[in-house]
Amino acid sequence: MTRQSASRTEPLGPGVGRVETRLATVADPDHPLQLVSGDHLDHVEVAYETYGSLSPERDNAVYICHALTGDAHAAGIHDGETKPGWWDNIIGPGRAIDTDQWFVVSSNLLGGCSGTTGPTSMNPATGQVWGTAFPQIDMHDFVEVHLRLAAHLGIEKFHAVVGGSMGGMQALDWSLTHPDTLDNAVIVAASSRLTAQNIAFSAVGREAIVRDRDFDDGHYLDADRRPDTGLSIARMLAHITYLSEDAFAEKFGRTHQFGEPRRGFGVDFAVESYLDHQGETFLTRFDPLSYIYLTRVMDYFDPFGTTGATDLVVADPVNYLVVCFDTDWRFSPAHSRRIVRHLEGAGLPVSFFTIASSWGHDSFLMKLDPYHDLVRAFLEVPAGRRTGRASRRAPHHDGHICTREVDR
Amino acid sequence: MSGQTGLRPDQVIISDLVPTGSRVLDLGCGDGVLLRRLMDERYCLGTGVDSDTSELLRAAALGVPVLEMDLDADLGEFHDDSYDVVVLSRTLQAVPRPGRVLADMARIGRLLIVSMPNFGYWRNRLRLLSGHMPVSKDLPFEWHDTPNVRYSTVADLESWFAEAGVDVLQRISLGGRGRPTRAAGLAPNLLAGSTVHVLGSNWTG
Repeated sequence: MTRQSASRTEPLGPGVGRVETRLATVADPDHPLQLVSGDHLDHVEVAYETYGSLSPERDNAVYICHALTGDAHAAGIHDGETKPGWWDNIIGPGRAIDTDQWFVVSSNLLGGCSGTTGPTSMNPATGQVWGTAFPQIDMHDFVEVHLRLAAHLGIEKFHAVVGGSMGGMQALDWSLTHPDTLDNAVIVAASSRLTAQNIAFSAVGREAIVRDRDFDDGHYLDADRRPDTGLSIARMLAHITYLSEDAFAEKFGRTHQFGEPRRGFGVDFAVESYLDHQGETFLTRFDPLSYIYLTRVMDYFDPFGTTGATDLVVADPVNYLVVCFDTDWRFSPAHSRRIVRHLEGAGLPVSFFTIASSWGHDSFLMKLDPYHDLVRAFLEVPAGRRTGRASRRAPHHDGHICTREVDR
Repeated sequence: MSGQTGLRPDQVIISDLVPTGSRVLDLGCGDGVLLRRLMDERYCLGTGVDSDTSELLRAAALGVPVLEMDLDADLGEFHDDSYDVVVLSRTLQAVPRPGRVLADMARIGRLLIVSMPNFGYWRNRLRLLSGHMPVSKDLPFEWHDTPNVRYSTVADLESWFAEAGVDVLQRISLGGRGRPTRAAGLAPNLLAGSTVHVLGSNWTG
């Protein structure tokens, strides 16, 4: 049966309007952030935005986790800018994550470079920029910082935690390790365990940065140069994995950027110009060390890799929505199915959808009606109808590792 | 009752056959109303499976956990002996490889509930004798526009169950209006418009 791919549609309503990014200090020497690596951070600031209003009962909060190169600016428009936040099409009055109902919180990741403490921040102990001295971080450290921001905002429990790609991984980790702090989790185009191919792509991206002469073993932050060539190549490579072959064919085909062929080794095909542009614009908003740190976090992510991984969430169940896109080859539907097998095998209430889309991994950022309708329907299930229970009849209710994973 | 909840008559019967507190897998769950009923009234937990996104969207809005999967290809995703009850209502006739589906059902669940239209129903036989393919409440499609790819009689179905190594624990025979009747129970192969079978799985890992 051939499936009709969903087409892109316009966002509903006016959006959330003007917004600004704020800062919160969530770790200080008296309350250091303990990291999975064993290190700790004495000072952590988090950049975040909120949209909508927190109800008096504080029970309508939805946390948005961003993907690899996102930031706290998920929706609305910053003063003096015209481009809305990265997930504006899904967040706003009347949109799938409806700010007339939900109080939406979005923050920048630990290790990032858009306001939250990371390798480009000052190490308070030395007065120097952290650089490669910044400790190794883990998906779980992101979640700990999110929870500290939640405490700062006075939110004990989220109606939902929502994320796409690496954001979905945070939502998954969060649900497994702190299930008492959320009712629902939406995990879109994500993975619980990267494949060798995924890691290979990340590795080449990192190598492009590290082997750039201007990387200077990570000391570029103190110098007046930056491994921009490496960073732009890493971004170009990553972009190839974010779109499907169909999307590339549809968007560019073999057309020439300048009307007719210009044989040589420079930019000639339209797709080359596109990648070149993506690589260039990325330089203005991202840092090479942040890129290295954050991609590495994904490589090591494997939350179902230990016995008892689902014990906590089985004791305090979360309702799951897992969504993937049929043309996604960065995290193919098989990745989402693995997540579903583990959760369903633990007896948890999980819904799973494969959205037909020609846009590959990037589909999670697009307004495709079946996808957004689904997120809305899931978030808006009346309280009395949310399952919130796990079945003891399920084989992995006891949290042991699924042996079938070995063969897959 | 069925009108209010959107349950078909065979689903009403099935919901009464499912033991309270069961974990139920509903294959071909459509809009999820059967599972919703079982969750609300029988303290069941369950999962629906279907391949129709728009129907499943309605199920998701009801708070029913549903997986968009293909019955013919994806039942391997489910763990061995992981459900008490596996329901296949009005779906077997539309499945390209029913033997594979039944084997997977027996692997996944202990109690299997299968509802099927009966091609051998006397009205269908009369339709055929008059030279036309049957169209009825239970087989509501024209031959050229039907999701059904298999047609069976009660007799065929039960001998197939025997071959497949599942035990028929109970047969409920529904008349042409979709309700159990005495006559249909006495001579199901001729007088039942459809049947609901409760099967015991004999699967051992």
